[in-house]
Amino acid sequence: MNLYIELAYLAASILFVAGIKMLNRTKTARKGNFVSALGMFIAILATVTQVRSIVLADILICILLGSAIGLVLAYKVKMTGVPEIVALFNGFGGLASLAVALSDFWLHTRQLHLSPGVITSTSVVLSVFIGGITFTGSVIAFLKLSGGISGRAIMYKGQHLINLLLLIAAIVLSVFVVINTSDPIYIITLSGLALLLGILLVIPIGGADMPVVISLLNSYSGMAACATGFVLNNSVLIVSGALVGASGMVLTQIMCKAMNRSLINVLLGGFGQTGSPVQTGGSEMVVKEVGIEEAAQIFDSVSSLIIVPGYGMAVAQAQHAVRELYELCEKRNINVRFAIHPVAGRMPGHMNVLLAEANIPYDKLVEMELINDDFANTDLVFVIGANDVVNPAAKNNPGSPIFGMPVLNVEQARTVIVSKRGMNPGYAGIENELFGADNCLMLFGDAKQTLTKLVSELKEL
Amino acid sequence: MTIELFIPLLYILVLGSYLGFELISKVPPTLHTPLMSASNAISGITIVGALIACNELGYESLSKWLGMIALVLATINVVGGYAISDRMLKMFKKK
Repeated sequence: MNLYIELAYLAASILFVAGIKMLNRTKTARKGNFVSALGMFIAILATVTQVRSIVLADILICILLGSAIGLVLAYKVKMTGVPEIVALFNGFGGLASLAVALSDFWLHTRQLHLSPGVITSTSVVLSVFIGGITFTGSVIAFLKLSGGISGRAIMYKGQHLINLLLLIAAIVLSVFVVINTSDPIYIITLSGLALLLGILLVIPIGGADMPVVISLLNSYSGMAACATGFVLNNSVLIVSGALVGASGMVLTQIMCKAMNRSLINVLLGGFGQTGSPVQTGGSEMVVKEVGIEEAAQIFDSVSSLIIVPGYGMAVAQAQHAVRELYELCEKRNINVRFAIHPVAGRMPGHMNVLLAEANIPYDKLVEMELINDDFANTDLVFVIGANDVVNPAAKNNPGSPIFGMPVLNVEQARTVIVSKRGMNPGYAGIENELFGADNCLMLFGDAKQTLTKLVSELKEL
Repeated sequence: MTIELFIPLLYILVLGSYLGFELISKVPPTLHTPLMSASNAISGITIVGALIACNELGYESLSKWLGMIALVLATINVVGGYAISDRMLKMFKKK
Protein backbone atom coordinates (compact mmCIF):
# COMPACT_ATOMS: atom_id res chain seq x y z
CA MET A 1 0.00 0.00 0.00
CA ASN A 2 1.42 3.31 -1.11
CA LEU A 3 0.91 6.06 1.47
CA TYR A 4 0.69 8.95 -1.00
CA ILE A 5 -1.83 7.21 -3.18
CA GLU A 6 -3.98 6.32 -0.18
CA LEU A 7 -3.82 9.92 1.02
CA ALA A 8 -4.85 11.11 -2.44
CA TYR A 9 -7.84 8.75 -2.30
CA LEU A 10 -8.74 10.16 1.11
CA ALA A 11 -8.55 13.69 -0.30
CA ALA A 12 -10.78 12.64 -3.19
CA SER A 13 -13.35 11.18 -0.78
CA ILE A 14 -13.40 14.40 1.24
CA LEU A 15 -13.87 16.46 -1.92
CA PHE A 16 -16.78 14.25 -3.00
CA VAL A 17 -18.52 14.78 0.33
CA ALA A 18 -17.79 18.52 0.35
CA GLY A 19 -18.98 18.77 -3.26
CA ILE A 20 -22.32 17.10 -2.51
CA LYS A 21 -22.69 19.31 0.56
CA MET A 22 -22.23 22.41 -1.63
CA LEU A 23 -24.79 21.04 -4.06
CA ASN A 24 -27.53 21.58 -1.50
CA ARG A 25 -27.61 25.34 -2.12
CA THR A 26 -28.24 26.92 -5.47
CA LYS A 27 -25.61 29.58 -4.81
CA THR A 28 -22.77 27.13 -4.20
CA ALA A 29 -24.03 24.25 -6.35
CA ARG A 30 -21.90 24.95 -9.40
CA LYS A 31 -18.77 25.21 -7.28
CA GLY A 32 -19.79 21.99 -5.53
CA ASN A 33 -19.92 20.19 -8.84
CA PHE A 34 -16.45 21.51 -9.60
CA VAL A 35 -15.10 20.44 -6.20
CA SER A 36 -16.45 16.96 -6.76
CA ALA A 37 -14.86 16.85 -10.24
CA LEU A 38 -11.57 17.96 -8.70
CA GLY A 39 -11.79 15.01 -6.32
CA MET A 40 -12.25 12.69 -9.28
CA PHE A 41 -9.27 14.25 -11.05
CA ILE A 42 -7.06 13.69 -7.99
CA ALA A 43 -8.18 10.07 -7.68
CA ILE A 44 -7.45 9.44 -11.37
CA LEU A 45 -4.07 11.18 -11.25
CA ALA A 46 -2.99 9.24 -8.15
CA THR A 47 -3.94 5.97 -9.81
CA VAL A 48 -2.15 6.80 -13.06
CA THR A 49 1.12 7.36 -11.19
CA GLN A 50 1.17 3.71 -10.15
CA VAL A 51 0.62 2.10 -13.56
CA ARG A 52 3.53 0.94 -15.72
CA SER A 53 4.71 3.61 -18.10
CA ILE A 54 4.34 1.27 -21.07
CA VAL A 55 0.56 1.22 -20.72
CA LEU A 56 0.23 5.01 -20.45
CA ALA A 57 -0.44 5.35 -24.19
CA ASP A 58 -3.34 2.87 -24.01
CA ILE A 59 -4.77 4.73 -21.05
CA LEU A 60 -4.46 8.10 -22.74
CA ILE A 61 -6.25 6.85 -25.86
CA CYS A 62 -9.12 5.39 -23.81
CA ILE A 63 -9.49 8.53 -21.70
CA LEU A 64 -9.41 10.85 -24.71
CA LEU A 65 -11.97 8.71 -26.52
CA GLY A 66 -14.25 8.54 -23.47
CA SER A 67 -13.93 12.27 -22.76
CA ALA A 68 -14.77 13.16 -26.35
CA ILE A 69 -17.87 10.96 -26.38
CA GLY A 70 -18.94 12.21 -22.93
CA LEU A 71 -18.52 15.88 -23.82
CA VAL A 72 -20.34 15.58 -27.14
CA LEU A 73 -23.27 13.79 -25.51
CA ALA A 74 -23.39 16.24 -22.58
CA TYR A 75 -23.31 19.37 -24.73
CA LYS A 76 -25.52 18.15 -27.57
CA VAL A 77 -28.46 17.03 -25.48
CA LYS A 78 -31.49 19.29 -25.13
CA MET A 79 -32.69 19.99 -21.61
CA THR A 80 -35.83 17.93 -22.23
CA GLY A 81 -33.50 15.02 -23.04
CA VAL A 82 -31.45 15.18 -19.83
CA PRO A 83 -33.25 12.22 -18.18
CA GLU A 84 -32.38 9.81 -20.96
CA ILE A 85 -28.76 10.93 -21.21
CA VAL A 86 -28.34 10.63 -17.44
CA ALA A 87 -29.79 7.11 -17.71
CA LEU A 88 -27.32 6.30 -20.48
CA PHE A 89 -24.27 7.61 -18.56
CA ASN A 90 -25.47 5.65 -15.59
CA GLY A 91 -25.63 2.50 -17.69
CA PHE A 92 -22.05 3.03 -18.89
CA GLY A 93 -20.92 3.31 -15.27
CA GLY A 94 -22.65 0.04 -14.46
CA LEU A 95 -21.07 -1.77 -17.40
CA ALA A 96 -17.66 -0.36 -16.45
CA SER A 97 -18.01 -1.81 -12.95
CA LEU A 98 -18.99 -5.17 -14.43
CA ALA A 99 -15.98 -5.11 -16.77
CA VAL A 100 -13.53 -4.15 -14.01
CA ALA A 101 -14.73 -6.92 -11.70
CA LEU A 102 -14.65 -9.45 -14.54
CA SER A 103 -11.21 -8.29 -15.59
CA ASP A 104 -9.83 -8.72 -12.08
CA PHE A 105 -11.48 -12.12 -11.67
CA TRP A 106 -10.13 -13.29 -15.03
CA LEU A 107 -6.63 -12.09 -14.22
CA HIS A 108 -6.51 -13.97 -10.93
CA THR A 109 -8.27 -17.18 -11.90
CA ARG A 110 -7.22 -17.66 -15.53
CA GLN A 111 -3.82 -16.01 -15.80
CA LEU A 112 -2.30 -16.12 -12.36
CA HIS A 113 -4.16 -19.35 -11.49
CA LEU A 114 -4.96 -18.13 -8.03
CA SER A 115 -8.09 -18.93 -6.13
CA PRO A 116 -9.72 -15.78 -4.74
CA GLY A 117 -11.30 -16.10 -1.32
CA VAL A 118 -15.00 -16.21 -0.61
CA ILE A 119 -15.23 -12.47 0.16
CA THR A 120 -13.51 -11.43 -3.08
CA SER A 121 -15.46 -13.80 -5.31
CA THR A 122 -18.76 -12.81 -3.66
CA SER A 123 -17.88 -9.18 -4.38
CA VAL A 124 -17.13 -10.07 -8.01
CA VAL A 125 -20.52 -11.77 -8.26
CA LEU A 126 -22.32 -8.73 -6.81
CA SER A 127 -20.44 -6.29 -9.02
CA VAL A 128 -21.14 -8.30 -12.17
CA PHE A 129 -24.78 -8.85 -11.26
CA ILE A 130 -25.65 -5.28 -10.22
CA GLY A 131 -23.47 -3.76 -12.95
CA GLY A 132 -25.13 -5.91 -15.63
CA ILE A 133 -28.66 -5.04 -14.52
CA THR A 134 -27.72 -1.37 -14.31
CA PHE A 135 -26.37 -1.38 -17.87
CA THR A 136 -29.22 -3.01 -19.79
CA GLY A 137 -31.86 -1.54 -17.46
CA SER A 138 -30.49 1.94 -18.15
CA VAL A 139 -30.33 1.32 -21.88
CA ILE A 140 -34.02 0.30 -21.87
CA ALA A 141 -34.87 3.39 -19.80
CA PHE A 142 -32.87 5.50 -22.29
CA LEU A 143 -34.76 3.98 -25.24
CA LYS A 144 -38.14 4.44 -23.55
CA LEU A 145 -37.44 8.07 -22.68
CA SER A 146 -35.94 9.00 -26.05
CA GLY A 147 -38.74 7.30 -27.96
CA GLY A 148 -36.45 4.61 -29.44
CA ILE A 149 -38.96 2.07 -28.16
CA SER A 150 -42.52 2.63 -26.97
CA GLY A 151 -42.80 4.14 -23.51
CA ARG A 152 -45.72 1.84 -22.77
CA ALA A 153 -45.40 -0.92 -20.22
CA ILE A 154 -44.66 -4.20 -21.98
CA MET A 155 -46.51 -6.99 -20.23
CA TYR A 156 -46.86 -10.67 -21.05
CA LYS A 157 -48.15 -13.77 -19.35
CA GLY A 158 -45.96 -15.29 -16.64
CA GLN A 159 -43.67 -12.23 -16.63
CA HIS A 160 -43.11 -12.10 -12.90
CA LEU A 161 -42.64 -15.88 -12.70
CA ILE A 162 -39.98 -15.80 -15.43
CA ASN A 163 -38.14 -12.96 -13.66
CA LEU A 164 -38.31 -14.83 -10.38
CA LEU A 165 -36.94 -18.02 -11.94
CA LEU A 166 -34.10 -16.07 -13.58
CA LEU A 167 -33.31 -14.46 -10.25
CA ILE A 168 -33.14 -17.87 -8.55
CA ALA A 169 -30.95 -19.15 -11.39
CA ALA A 170 -28.65 -16.16 -10.85
CA ILE A 171 -28.33 -16.93 -7.14
CA VAL A 172 -27.51 -20.60 -7.87
CA LEU A 173 -24.95 -19.56 -10.48
CA SER A 174 -23.40 -17.12 -8.00
CA VAL A 175 -22.89 -19.95 -5.53
CA PHE A 176 -21.15 -21.97 -8.26
CA VAL A 177 -18.87 -19.03 -9.08
CA VAL A 178 -17.79 -18.77 -5.45
CA ILE A 179 -17.32 -22.54 -5.01
CA ASN A 180 -15.56 -23.18 -8.30
CA THR A 181 -13.57 -20.09 -9.24
CA SER A 182 -11.42 -21.88 -11.83
CA ASP A 183 -14.21 -22.55 -14.32
CA PRO A 184 -15.08 -19.28 -16.14
CA ILE A 185 -18.35 -20.63 -17.56
CA TYR A 186 -20.27 -19.70 -14.41
CA ILE A 187 -19.24 -16.07 -14.23
CA ILE A 188 -19.79 -15.61 -17.98
CA THR A 189 -23.29 -17.13 -17.76
CA LEU A 190 -24.01 -14.95 -14.74
CA SER A 191 -22.99 -11.83 -16.68
CA GLY A 192 -25.35 -12.80 -19.51
CA LEU A 193 -28.15 -13.47 -17.06
CA ALA A 194 -27.69 -10.09 -15.35
CA LEU A 195 -27.79 -8.33 -18.71
CA LEU A 196 -30.99 -10.19 -19.63
CA LEU A 197 -32.60 -9.43 -16.26
CA GLY A 198 -31.89 -5.72 -16.67
CA ILE A 199 -33.97 -5.71 -19.85
CA LEU A 200 -36.79 -7.82 -18.43
CA LEU A 201 -37.07 -5.82 -15.22
CA VAL A 202 -37.44 -2.43 -16.92
CA ILE A 203 -39.70 -3.25 -19.92
CA PRO A 204 -42.89 -3.64 -17.82
CA ILE A 205 -42.45 -0.17 -16.32
CA GLY A 206 -44.35 2.60 -18.10
CA GLY A 207 -42.74 5.83 -19.30
CA ALA A 208 -44.42 7.93 -16.62
CA ASP A 209 -42.76 5.88 -13.86
CA MET A 210 -39.29 6.63 -15.25
CA PRO A 211 -38.41 9.17 -12.50
CA VAL A 212 -38.42 6.27 -10.05
CA VAL A 213 -36.52 3.94 -12.39
CA ILE A 214 -33.77 6.46 -13.14
CA SER A 215 -33.29 7.21 -9.45
CA LEU A 216 -33.13 3.52 -8.64
CA LEU A 217 -30.66 2.76 -11.45
CA ASN A 218 -28.56 5.67 -10.21
CA SER A 219 -28.46 3.95 -6.85
CA TYR A 220 -27.55 0.60 -8.46
CA SER A 221 -24.59 2.11 -10.32
CA GLY A 222 -23.29 3.31 -6.94
CA MET A 223 -23.74 -0.13 -5.44
CA ALA A 224 -21.93 -1.73 -8.39
CA ALA A 225 -18.99 0.64 -7.91
CA CYS A 226 -19.06 -0.19 -4.22
CA ALA A 227 -18.93 -3.95 -4.88
CA THR A 228 -16.02 -3.36 -7.26
CA GLY A 229 -14.29 -1.56 -4.40
CA PHE A 230 -14.52 -4.75 -2.35
CA VAL A 231 -13.08 -6.73 -5.28
CA LEU A 232 -10.08 -4.42 -5.55
CA ASN A 233 -9.78 -3.70 -1.83
CA ASN A 234 -10.07 -0.03 -2.69
CA SER A 235 -11.62 2.35 -0.17
CA VAL A 236 -12.29 5.34 -2.45
CA LEU A 237 -14.53 3.15 -4.60
CA ILE A 238 -16.43 2.03 -1.52
CA VAL A 239 -16.92 5.56 -0.13
CA SER A 240 -18.08 6.99 -3.46
CA GLY A 241 -20.20 3.98 -4.29
CA ALA A 242 -21.90 4.18 -0.88
CA LEU A 243 -22.58 7.92 -1.32
CA VAL A 244 -24.17 7.40 -4.72
CA GLY A 245 -26.05 4.28 -3.64
CA ALA A 246 -27.60 6.18 -0.73
CA SER A 247 -28.26 9.25 -2.87
CA GLY A 248 -30.18 7.21 -5.44
CA MET A 249 -32.21 5.54 -2.71
CA VAL A 250 -33.22 8.89 -1.17
CA LEU A 251 -34.37 10.21 -4.55
CA THR A 252 -36.21 6.94 -5.27
CA GLN A 253 -38.12 7.31 -1.99
CA ILE A 254 -38.98 10.94 -2.72
CA MET A 255 -40.32 10.02 -6.16
CA CYS A 256 -42.36 7.09 -4.81
CA LYS A 257 -43.84 9.31 -2.13
CA ALA A 258 -44.75 11.96 -4.70
CA MET A 259 -46.75 9.36 -6.60
CA ASN A 260 -48.09 7.61 -3.49
CA ARG A 261 -46.74 4.31 -4.79
CA SER A 262 -44.62 1.70 -3.12
CA LEU A 263 -41.33 0.82 -4.78
CA ILE A 264 -42.54 -2.77 -5.25
CA ASN A 265 -45.67 -1.51 -6.97
CA VAL A 266 -43.56 0.55 -9.42
CA LEU A 267 -41.15 -2.31 -10.09
CA LEU A 268 -43.93 -4.80 -10.82
CA GLY A 269 -44.95 -2.39 -13.54
CA GLY A 270 -47.99 -2.00 -15.74
CA PHE A 271 -49.44 1.04 -13.96
CA GLY A 272 -52.15 2.92 -15.85
CA GLN A 273 -52.18 0.38 -18.65
CA THR A 274 -55.03 -1.82 -17.42
CA GLY A 275 -56.89 -1.13 -20.65
CA SER A 276 -60.42 -1.01 -19.26
CA PRO A 277 -61.91 2.44 -19.78
CA VAL A 278 -62.60 4.22 -16.54
CA GLN A 279 -66.25 4.65 -15.60
CA THR A 280 -67.30 8.25 -15.83
CA GLY A 281 -70.21 7.74 -13.48
CA GLY A 282 -72.94 8.03 -16.10
CA SER A 283 -73.13 11.78 -16.64
CA GLU A 284 -70.65 13.41 -18.98
CA MET A 285 -68.61 16.12 -17.36
CA VAL A 286 -69.51 19.60 -18.58
CA VAL A 287 -66.53 21.89 -19.02
CA LYS A 288 -66.47 25.63 -19.58
CA GLU A 289 -64.31 26.82 -22.43
CA VAL A 290 -62.62 30.17 -22.56
CA GLY A 291 -61.25 32.08 -25.55
CA ILE A 292 -57.84 33.76 -25.73
CA GLU A 293 -59.23 37.30 -25.49
CA GLU A 294 -61.35 36.51 -22.48
CA ALA A 295 -58.44 34.70 -20.84
CA ALA A 296 -56.21 37.75 -21.42
CA GLN A 297 -58.78 39.95 -19.73
CA ILE A 298 -58.81 37.67 -16.71
CA PHE A 299 -55.00 37.85 -16.53
CA ASP A 300 -55.30 41.62 -16.75
CA SER A 301 -57.62 41.80 -13.75
CA VAL A 302 -55.77 39.67 -11.17
CA SER A 303 -53.15 40.60 -8.62
CA SER A 304 -51.82 37.12 -7.78
CA LEU A 305 -51.05 34.27 -10.14
CA ILE A 306 -49.64 30.78 -9.68
CA ILE A 307 -48.49 28.94 -12.80
CA VAL A 308 -48.53 25.13 -12.63
CA PRO A 309 -46.33 23.67 -15.38
CA GLY A 310 -46.58 20.00 -16.35
CA TYR A 311 -44.58 17.89 -18.74
CA GLY A 312 -47.12 18.73 -21.49
CA MET A 313 -45.63 22.24 -21.43
CA ALA A 314 -42.17 20.90 -22.19
CA VAL A 315 -43.48 18.57 -24.89
CA ALA A 316 -45.06 21.58 -26.61
CA GLN A 317 -41.76 23.52 -26.15
CA ALA A 318 -43.74 26.31 -24.51
CA GLN A 319 -41.16 27.24 -21.83
CA HIS A 320 -40.08 30.45 -23.52
CA ALA A 321 -43.67 31.55 -24.11
CA VAL A 322 -44.24 30.90 -20.40
CA ARG A 323 -41.26 33.15 -19.59
CA GLU A 324 -42.75 35.95 -21.71
CA LEU A 325 -46.07 35.57 -19.91
CA TYR A 326 -44.26 35.64 -16.57
CA GLU A 327 -42.33 38.83 -17.46
CA LEU A 328 -45.45 40.54 -18.72
CA CYS A 329 -47.35 39.74 -15.53
CA GLU A 330 -44.42 40.91 -13.39
CA LYS A 331 -44.48 44.22 -15.27
CA ARG A 332 -48.14 44.59 -14.39
CA ASN A 333 -47.29 44.09 -10.72
CA ILE A 334 -48.98 40.72 -10.56
CA ASN A 335 -47.41 38.46 -7.94
CA VAL A 336 -46.36 35.48 -10.10
CA ARG A 337 -45.02 32.20 -8.76
CA PHE A 338 -44.61 28.71 -10.14
CA ALA A 339 -45.84 25.63 -8.26
CA ILE A 340 -43.64 22.61 -8.97
CA HIS A 341 -44.93 19.12 -8.27
CA PRO A 342 -42.07 16.63 -7.60
CA VAL A 343 -43.06 14.47 -10.59
CA ALA A 344 -43.78 17.38 -12.94
CA GLY A 345 -40.87 16.35 -15.16
CA ARG A 346 -39.28 13.10 -16.28
CA MET A 347 -36.73 12.88 -13.47
CA PRO A 348 -36.42 14.44 -10.00
CA GLY A 349 -36.08 18.23 -10.35
CA HIS A 350 -36.39 18.13 -14.15
CA MET A 351 -39.07 20.84 -14.37
CA ASN A 352 -36.83 23.28 -12.47
CA VAL A 353 -34.08 22.76 -15.04
CA LEU A 354 -36.49 23.27 -17.94
CA LEU A 355 -37.72 26.56 -16.45
CA ALA A 356 -34.19 27.67 -15.54
CA GLU A 357 -33.22 27.14 -19.18
CA ALA A 358 -36.03 29.52 -20.17
CA ASN A 359 -34.47 32.12 -17.84
CA ILE A 360 -37.14 31.95 -15.17
CA PRO A 361 -35.50 32.86 -11.83
CA TYR A 362 -35.27 29.85 -9.51
CA ASP A 363 -36.57 31.79 -6.50
CA LYS A 364 -39.95 31.99 -8.28
CA LEU A 365 -40.19 28.18 -8.37
CA VAL A 366 -41.90 26.93 -5.23
CA GLU A 367 -42.17 23.28 -4.23
CA MET A 368 -45.53 21.70 -3.51
CA GLU A 369 -45.47 21.62 0.31
CA LEU A 370 -44.51 25.28 0.52
CA ILE A 371 -47.15 26.63 -1.85
CA ASN A 372 -50.12 24.33 -1.28
CA ASP A 373 -51.69 26.50 1.42
CA ASP A 374 -51.41 29.62 -0.74
CA PHE A 375 -53.80 28.52 -3.49
CA ALA A 376 -56.84 29.44 -1.36
CA ASN A 377 -55.91 33.13 -1.41
CA THR A 378 -54.74 33.31 -5.00
CA ASP A 379 -56.77 35.05 -7.72
CA LEU A 380 -55.72 32.93 -10.66
CA VAL A 381 -54.04 29.59 -11.26
CA PHE A 382 -52.80 28.81 -14.76
CA VAL A 383 -52.27 25.09 -15.37
CA ILE A 384 -50.16 24.29 -18.46
CA GLY A 385 -49.97 20.69 -19.65
CA ALA A 386 -50.41 19.17 -16.18
CA ASN A 387 -53.20 16.79 -15.31
CA ASP A 388 -52.93 14.11 -12.64
CA VAL A 389 -50.91 16.34 -10.29
CA VAL A 390 -53.84 18.80 -10.08
CA ASN A 391 -56.63 16.21 -9.86
CA PRO A 392 -58.70 16.73 -6.67
CA ALA A 393 -59.82 13.08 -6.93
CA ALA A 394 -56.51 12.19 -5.29
CA LYS A 395 -57.89 13.86 -2.15
CA ASN A 396 -61.60 13.14 -2.19
CA ASN A 397 -62.31 10.05 -4.29
CA PRO A 398 -61.16 6.85 -2.54
CA GLY A 399 -62.08 4.88 -5.67
CA SER A 400 -59.60 6.77 -7.85
CA PRO A 401 -56.35 4.98 -8.86
CA ILE A 402 -54.39 8.03 -7.76
CA PHE A 403 -56.20 8.43 -4.42
CA GLY A 404 -53.68 9.41 -1.75
CA MET A 405 -51.16 10.92 -4.14
CA PRO A 406 -50.12 14.40 -2.96
CA VAL A 407 -51.53 16.96 -5.41
CA LEU A 408 -51.54 20.72 -5.82
CA ASN A 409 -54.66 22.37 -4.34
CA VAL A 410 -55.32 24.43 -7.48
CA GLU A 411 -59.13 24.12 -7.21
CA GLN A 412 -59.02 26.36 -4.10
CA ALA A 413 -58.01 29.41 -6.11
CA ARG A 414 -60.65 31.90 -7.19
CA THR A 415 -60.23 31.07 -10.88
CA VAL A 416 -58.35 28.27 -12.62
CA ILE A 417 -57.47 28.35 -16.32
CA VAL A 418 -56.22 25.09 -17.80
CA SER A 419 -54.24 25.12 -21.04
CA LYS A 420 -54.63 21.68 -22.55
CA ARG A 421 -54.49 20.11 -25.99
CA GLY A 422 -57.82 18.28 -25.65
CA MET A 423 -59.85 16.33 -23.15
CA ASN A 424 -57.52 13.28 -23.11
CA PRO A 425 -56.95 11.86 -19.65
CA GLY A 426 -53.53 11.91 -17.98
CA TYR A 427 -51.19 8.94 -17.83
CA ALA A 428 -53.18 7.32 -15.04
CA GLY A 429 -56.05 7.10 -17.51
CA ILE A 430 -58.57 8.84 -15.30
CA GLU A 431 -60.84 11.80 -15.70
CA ASN A 432 -60.03 15.00 -13.92
CA GLU A 433 -63.02 16.48 -12.11
CA LEU A 434 -61.14 19.77 -11.77
CA PHE A 435 -62.00 20.48 -15.41
CA GLY A 436 -65.71 20.39 -14.60
CA ALA A 437 -65.45 22.63 -11.54
CA ASP A 438 -67.36 25.92 -11.45
CA ASN A 439 -64.23 28.04 -11.15
CA CYS A 440 -62.33 26.20 -13.89
CA LEU A 441 -62.02 27.43 -17.47
CA MET A 442 -60.50 25.34 -20.27
CA LEU A 443 -58.23 26.98 -22.81
CA PHE A 444 -57.91 24.34 -25.52
CA GLY A 445 -55.08 24.19 -28.05
CA ASP A 446 -51.35 23.61 -28.41
CA ALA A 447 -49.67 25.14 -25.36
CA LYS A 448 -47.02 27.07 -27.30
CA GLN A 449 -49.45 28.61 -29.79
CA THR A 450 -52.02 29.40 -27.13
CA LEU A 451 -49.47 31.06 -24.89
CA THR A 452 -47.92 33.07 -27.70
CA LYS A 453 -51.38 34.38 -28.64
CA LEU A 454 -52.21 35.03 -25.00
CA VAL A 455 -49.01 37.06 -24.58
CA SER A 456 -49.64 39.23 -27.63
CA GLU A 457 -53.27 39.73 -26.57
CA LEU A 458 -52.17 40.74 -23.08
CA LYS A 459 -49.63 43.22 -24.49
CA GLU A 460 -52.42 45.13 -26.18
CA LEU A 461 -54.53 45.48 -23.06
CA MET B 1 -9.35 -10.98 1.15
CA THR B 2 -9.07 -11.70 4.84
CA ILE B 3 -11.63 -10.83 7.50
CA GLU B 4 -9.13 -8.33 8.94
CA LEU B 5 -9.13 -6.44 5.63
CA PHE B 6 -12.85 -6.84 5.08
CA ILE B 7 -14.18 -5.39 8.32
CA PRO B 8 -12.66 -1.88 7.95
CA LEU B 9 -14.05 -1.75 4.41
CA LEU B 10 -17.46 -2.69 5.78
CA TYR B 11 -17.19 0.21 8.24
CA ILE B 12 -16.49 2.54 5.32
CA LEU B 13 -19.52 1.19 3.46
CA VAL B 14 -21.93 1.59 6.37
CA LEU B 15 -20.74 5.05 7.45
CA GLY B 16 -20.47 6.24 3.83
CA SER B 17 -24.07 5.16 3.17
CA TYR B 18 -25.27 6.93 6.29
CA LEU B 19 -23.42 10.09 5.27
CA GLY B 20 -24.96 9.85 1.80
CA PHE B 21 -28.48 9.63 3.22
CA GLU B 22 -27.89 12.63 5.48
CA LEU B 23 -26.32 14.76 2.74
CA ILE B 24 -28.85 14.05 0.01
CA SER B 25 -31.92 14.47 2.23
CA LYS B 26 -30.92 18.13 2.64
CA VAL B 27 -30.73 18.93 -1.09
CA PRO B 28 -33.77 20.99 -2.22
CA PRO B 29 -35.93 19.55 -5.05
CA THR B 30 -34.83 22.40 -7.35
CA LEU B 31 -31.37 20.87 -7.52
CA HIS B 32 -32.31 17.20 -7.80
CA THR B 33 -31.51 16.84 -11.48
CA PRO B 34 -28.00 18.38 -11.37
CA LEU B 35 -27.41 16.49 -8.11
CA MET B 36 -28.28 13.25 -9.81
CA SER B 37 -26.02 13.83 -12.79
CA ALA B 38 -23.18 14.83 -10.44
CA SER B 39 -23.64 11.77 -8.23
CA ASN B 40 -23.85 9.75 -11.42
CA ALA B 41 -20.42 11.11 -12.31
CA ILE B 42 -19.15 10.15 -8.84
CA SER B 43 -20.28 6.56 -9.45
CA GLY B 44 -17.86 6.67 -12.37
CA ILE B 45 -15.14 6.34 -9.69
CA THR B 46 -14.94 2.81 -11.00
CA ILE B 47 -12.57 4.52 -13.47
CA VAL B 48 -9.90 3.98 -10.79
CA GLY B 49 -10.52 0.25 -11.02
CA ALA B 50 -10.45 0.45 -14.81
CA LEU B 51 -7.04 2.15 -14.72
CA ILE B 52 -5.68 -0.60 -12.49
CA ALA B 53 -7.17 -3.23 -14.82
CA CYS B 54 -5.47 -1.58 -17.82
CA ASN B 55 -2.14 -2.12 -16.13
CA GLU B 56 -1.85 -5.56 -17.76
CA LEU B 57 0.88 -5.76 -20.35
CA GLY B 58 -0.30 -8.07 -23.10
CA TYR B 59 -2.98 -7.33 -25.65
CA GLU B 60 -3.63 -11.08 -25.78
CA SER B 61 -5.01 -10.82 -22.26
CA LEU B 62 -8.79 -10.60 -21.89
CA SER B 63 -8.31 -8.74 -18.61
CA LYS B 64 -6.51 -5.93 -20.40
CA TRP B 65 -9.26 -5.54 -22.98
CA LEU B 66 -11.97 -5.57 -20.34
CA GLY B 67 -10.02 -2.90 -18.48
CA MET B 68 -9.74 -0.71 -21.56
CA ILE B 69 -13.44 -1.04 -22.37
CA ALA B 70 -14.21 -0.18 -18.74
CA LEU B 71 -11.92 2.84 -18.95
CA VAL B 72 -13.69 4.28 -21.99
CA LEU B 73 -17.13 3.70 -20.46
CA ALA B 74 -16.20 5.08 -17.04
CA THR B 75 -14.63 8.16 -18.65
CA ILE B 76 -17.84 8.85 -20.58
CA ASN B 77 -19.73 8.51 -17.28
CA VAL B 78 -17.39 10.83 -15.36
CA VAL B 79 -16.78 13.53 -17.97
CA GLY B 80 -20.33 13.51 -19.33
CA GLY B 81 -21.90 13.56 -15.87
CA TYR B 82 -19.91 16.53 -14.57
CA ALA B 83 -20.25 18.41 -17.88
CA ILE B 84 -24.02 18.15 -18.03
CA SER B 85 -24.33 19.05 -14.35
CA ASP B 86 -22.26 22.18 -14.95
CA ARG B 87 -24.32 23.03 -18.02
CA MET B 88 -27.51 22.89 -15.96
CA LEU B 89 -26.20 24.72 -12.90
CA LYS B 90 -24.96 27.55 -15.09
CA MET B 91 -28.58 28.27 -16.01
CA PHE B 92 -29.92 28.69 -12.50
CA LYS B 93 -30.32 32.42 -11.91
CA LYS B 94 -31.91 34.38 -9.14
CA LYS B 95 -34.04 37.41 -9.82
